[in-house]
Amino acid sequence: MKTQFVALRTPVIAMGVALAITAVLLLLAGADVLAAFGVLLGGALTTPSRISDMLMLLAPLLLCAVGLTTSFAAGQYNLGIEGQMTVGGVAAMWWLRGYQDGSPVILYWIGAVLCGMLMGAVWALLVALLKRYMHVSEIFAGLGFNFVALGLALYLVFGPWKRPGVASMSGTEPLADALWLPTLTGTRLTLVSPILAIVMLVIVWRLIRHTHWGLQVRACGLSALASVRMGVPATRRTFEAMALCGACAGMAGALQIIGVYHSLVPNVASGIGLMGLLVALLVRADVRWVALVAFFFAIITSGSIQLPLALSIDSSISGVLQGLIVLAIIVARARRGEEAA
Amino acid sequence: MKQQMVSGRTSRTMMLVVVAILSLVFSACAAQSSAPAADEKFVFGLVLVGPINDGGWSQAHYDSAKYVESKIPGSQMVYVDKVNPADRPNVKVEQVVDELIAKGAKLIITTSDDFKDGTREAAKAHPDVTFVHASGDDVVTGKAPANLGNLMGRMEYGKMIAGCAAALQSASGNISFIGPLVNDETRRLADSAFLGAKYCWNQRGGDPAALKFNVTWIGFWFNIPGVTLDPTKVVNDFFTAGSDVVISGIDTPEAIVEAGKAQAAGKAVFAVPYDFKEACAKGEAACLGVPYFNWVPSYTKLINDVKGGTWKQEFTMFGPDWADINAVETSGIGFAKGKALTAENATKLDAFIAELAGGLNLWTGPINFQDGTAFLKDGEVATDKQVWYMPQLLEGMEGQSVSK
Repeated sequence: MKTQFVALRTPVIAMGVALAITAVLLLLAGADVLAAFGVLLGGALTTPSRISDMLMLLAPLLLCAVGLTTSFAAGQYNLGIEGQMTVGGVAAMWWLRGYQDGSPVILYWIGAVLCGMLMGAVWALLVALLKRYMHVSEIFAGLGFNFVALGLALYLVFGPWKRPGVASMSGTEPLADALWLPTLTGTRLTLVSPILAIVMLVIVWRLIRHTHWGLQVRACGLSALASVRMGVPATRRTFEAMALCGACAGMAGALQIIGVYHSLVPNVASGIGLMGLLVALLVRADVRWVALVAFFFAIITSGSIQLPLALSIDSSISGVLQGLIVLAIIVARARRGEEAA
Repeated sequence: MKQQMVSGRTSRTMMLVVVAILSLVFSACAAQSSAPAADEKFVFGLVLVGPINDGGWSQAHYDSAKYVESKIPGSQMVYVDKVNPADRPNVKVEQVVDELIAKGAKLIITTSDDFKDGTREAAKAHPDVTFVHASGDDVVTGKAPANLGNLMGRMEYGKMIAGCAAALQSASGNISFIGPLVNDETRRLADSAFLGAKYCWNQRGGDPAALKFNVTWIGFWFNIPGVTLDPTKVVNDFFTAGSDVVISGIDTPEAIVEAGKAQAAGKAVFAVPYDFKEACAKGEAACLGVPYFNWVPSYTKLINDVKGGTWKQEFTMFGPDWADINAVETSGIGFAKGKALTAENATKLDAFIAELAGGLNLWTGPINFQDGTAFLKDGEVATDKQVWYMPQLLEGMEGQSVSK
């Protein structure tokens, strides 16, 4: 009992430190600290429309975080997640552009999601290939490919796919109404996105924790060299884990297109992949906690939109708080001498 | 085995963290649920693409709204600024509008071309709220629901005056224009500046062949590092390439800031900023003047109309009050002369403004497009629609007519 208490103490203190630093920042900005935390931690849950917006942020965040726990399990720091999400959106849009009035919509939805997943997986595999055969760190390769993906989206939005007459940062011409995923009345919630996110969560959880494949992936993550000596096909497992992560991100990108933006916007990923990285850093390869931490981050991010209106505070404080939590917990882990699992 | 212990321990700690977080969340929820009391106020909401202190487009809206708020008793402004993918990723116009309406807004004014789709969706979702999209065309294209109108100023006049001021003061006749992204509106305004410059260059007896008018588009309304060209660099490149006047068409004040610096360094270069009445303050010594939007008259009318129930769906174009283009209460488009404009040129500029007021229309043929095709035949006058949907730059201008 006592040892358990000691073990629990560090992250709780870390959380407290993060909240305290944020509070100090808010004080320095001359804000009402309690009210600000109220909005930040609870604002997203006050009305059906806000809850639905929060869930629509949670869905892609969860997908990215779930994907990243897979690549983390394999010991890969997949910073290319944003790019994988972006090309997922691009591929989805490519598929959707074939739509004509009267075509079976369901075919286009499923096709868009599959195209997104495929393209995301390919984008992630490029990074894995560069790492395996050219010895390029997956961190730098991933970041590089993020820029390439953004460039591709920008090129398409302002070039071949631009709306008639007016190329616009707000994206390509909106999709035909029929292609918009249906929403619950009075909200922007499309149930498909969160449901697919949860399905992927369960699948990845089973794969990582309860299959021989998952065991081998985790073995690669602990030590690629040792796992090879034990007869694990390390290269293959690493590639598969990266591809699975890319597919999750690509799915998120595709869902953003048919469920949220209804057109290709350059900023499909919009920092959700990076937020997913923060979630994954917190939970490491432990899939069980992904949903709760992602939920928490979605609440903070979504609630922060109200800050400028309610309290004249810049909404970027939510990012500060998230970053501080992750930093504090990593520092706490380091002090305790834990290695990244 | 050790690994397992660690992860078991971690998961227990995580559980506690999560419980702590959730309890925080729920207590916060309880604190949040008290609704604001209803009152007699008329609340109007503003959705801005840039920050309220951008010294340009967004500040012009914000300051005008503030002014109107102080003049109309009981009116109250609520706003969200920086609604753009760089500052607020994941935030859609519809979401922001929901928040403004939650604050009691009965009139929502969205103020960026890029808010077109979002404004339309928000208007459909809130049929009981009046929406006005500043610089959209949904009313013309028939896409607008009944509660959505459009509003824009005839900045063509402001830009003609800007172009004229540039041509009057330029020693070399080498004028540059820094534009945002390429679309109908931005082409229309760049073309207007060119027409003003050409007219006044010829009036002062300059060699028509010596007038150079170069347009560079940065890619968006303001600098987004890594996405747009850096406007600071673009402006300095203009000066390096021999331009002595830069006219700005973007939302932010890089042109006047850089021209001010170059002046301080001893170069005889000037700039004409854009959008915001006080924009010259960022580089007084180099400022020829600024064409600006004054949203006070149109906002005042809007609020009174919506309040009084007399608002009609319209595609509203407002212009200068030619009796005094700088009258706060009546003139929607103004031109504030800068300190760098010489007294002689100021007089000439006033004469040009008087000509415009007297009916001079620079959109009169013969005018060719940049590719040499005819836009207006000799003596033909362009319609509003022809000007609004401007497909190209004009003959004599350098730069891209369409984005790559």
